[in-house]
Amino acid sequence: MADQQDTITGIDVPVYLKYNFTAGAGPARFLSQVKNGKLTGQRCPRCQQVYIPPRGSCAACGVATEEELVLPDKATVQSFTIVSIPIPNNPIKPPYIIANLVLDGANISFIHLMSECVNEDVRIGQRVQAVWKPEEEWDYSMDNIRYFKPLDEPDVPVAQIGKLPVSGWEGMSDA
Amino acid sequence: MANLAAVVGIGQTKYTTKRDDVSIAGLVREAAQNALDDAGIGWDDIDAVILGKAPDMFEGVIMPEIYLTDALGCNGKPMLRVHTAGSVGGSTALVAASHVQSGAFNRVLTVAFEKQSESNAMWALSNPQPFSTHLNAGAGGYFAPIIREYMRRSNAPDDVGIKVAVKDRLHGARNPLAHLQRPDITMEEVKESFMLWDPIRFLESCPSSDGACAMVIANEELAEQSAKPPAWIRGVAMRSEPTMYAGREEVNPQAGKDCAADVYAQAGITDPRRDLDCAEVYVPFSWYEPMWLENLGFAPEGEGWKLTMEGATSLDEGGDIPWNPSGGVLSSNPIGASGMIRFAEAARQVRGDAGDHQVEGARLALGHAYGGGAQFFAMWVVGADKA
Repeated sequence: MADQQDTITGIDVPVYLKYNFTAGAGPARFLSQVKNGKLTGQRCPRCQQVYIPPRGSCAACGVATEEELVLPDKATVQSFTIVSIPIPNNPIKPPYIIANLVLDGANISFIHLMSECVNEDVRIGQRVQAVWKPEEEWDYSMDNIRYFKPLDEPDVPVAQIGKLPVSGWEGMSDA
Repeated sequence: MANLAAVVGIGQTKYTTKRDDVSIAGLVREAAQNALDDAGIGWDDIDAVILGKAPDMFEGVIMPEIYLTDALGCNGKPMLRVHTAGSVGGSTALVAASHVQSGAFNRVLTVAFEKQSESNAMWALSNPQPFSTHLNAGAGGYFAPIIREYMRRSNAPDDVGIKVAVKDRLHGARNPLAHLQRPDITMEEVKESFMLWDPIRFLESCPSSDGACAMVIANEELAEQSAKPPAWIRGVAMRSEPTMYAGREEVNPQAGKDCAADVYAQAGITDPRRDLDCAEVYVPFSWYEPMWLENLGFAPEGEGWKLTMEGATSLDEGGDIPWNPSGGVLSSNPIGASGMIRFAEAARQVRGDAGDHQVEGARLALGHAYGGGAQFFAMWVVGADKA
């Protein structure tokens, strides 16, 4: 009887963690605005750099950010990766593109999904725009944007990525 | 001015996918006992214990240092746990060194570990934040865009990462403790391996390992009496910077440059490629070799890949500055221990005790670790001579 048993060297013991997230002033403002379809950044009073999502302070200068700016939903690809493995608990099917995107008027990137594109054609400097969920599905979440898709605009030179005005790239070239 | 301190004992476990014959306590005990044996001392000779590991969520054991006090002989002794993400093995060794350099302790034991087979590192690193999309695809997903940007800037040929992947596995094949034993690996095989996080291929990534590393660090008087040659600690430095700020230089982080400048100044190093005999550097994805060659001042910005392609960092090609002769993180990656392994392997080199991966005549070596979003850096320089 006992000699029929397999040797047990380990058992699965899942850990579940549930947190209450206290957003703080900057992220709370961002989340309440994104629920209305607005992308709200904050400018550092010292270095003038614009953060989105704002965390309430500029980590470079160590000062609070208070001045708000509503940014457009157009962005530039700063870099990206084509991922061939699934994300835990996420239904998205590989291969998919996670891009580091900088919104027009912002000076820092965030990551988001790119879609409606040929993976092999995605490139640094490419122009993209948000594709939003239907308004009735909007929540306090960056997931209100389903993904970003390519825009038919000329690429941004690398030196200009992260330095575009709120008016965007084409506005820049007209100036 | 700090007192002199030296590594007088080193102990490691054989790195492997799954150590199901021991608990976490058994794993750290094994490395610690090996270090004590190497130093020729017993548990009673230790004044304090400094322990490090990566995030608790990896194994789901919260504050494991409490659970491990018995296994590490800490009863009645000071013990401290260090945590700086992936760089923790390095910073743990530095905290241990500072205990001795301060003069407060004569001889300390330091241990770092990870038992990845009991964990899900990708899950543990992917906890959602409400203001961001939940797209964290593990460490590779984070570092791949940074590598892509390095490739763009440097115009390096595509096979630099492939060459590092082969070179470090060939080094690892000389080290019986290394997890991956691939003496037959080829450039073609790496190139054909699965593209996980473009541009990072499967064989350009580190494995997932179980393992622990330990060191005994002693003051000058005790080190002079030690049976085996000590590795004198000639410089120690830590730096950090925020993960995210506008204008952050992610490819060549300022904190890494500052940390290197500090540790070199202490060790009297003005040209790291010339003055150092070898380096153990935290390279979990192959392209980080050329990137860190530049960040650490071994090559001008944009030219690190040339050293790699010339074979300068290869033991097998007779390079002048071998990097990761032990096989590096690409050959063994028990995450929390990986930084300490770099520090310990640097010490093995200058003790002349590195076996088949010994760099001939090594007198001065760099140990390096980085962690988080390449924002925590820990480095030391160890030498065969006191000064």
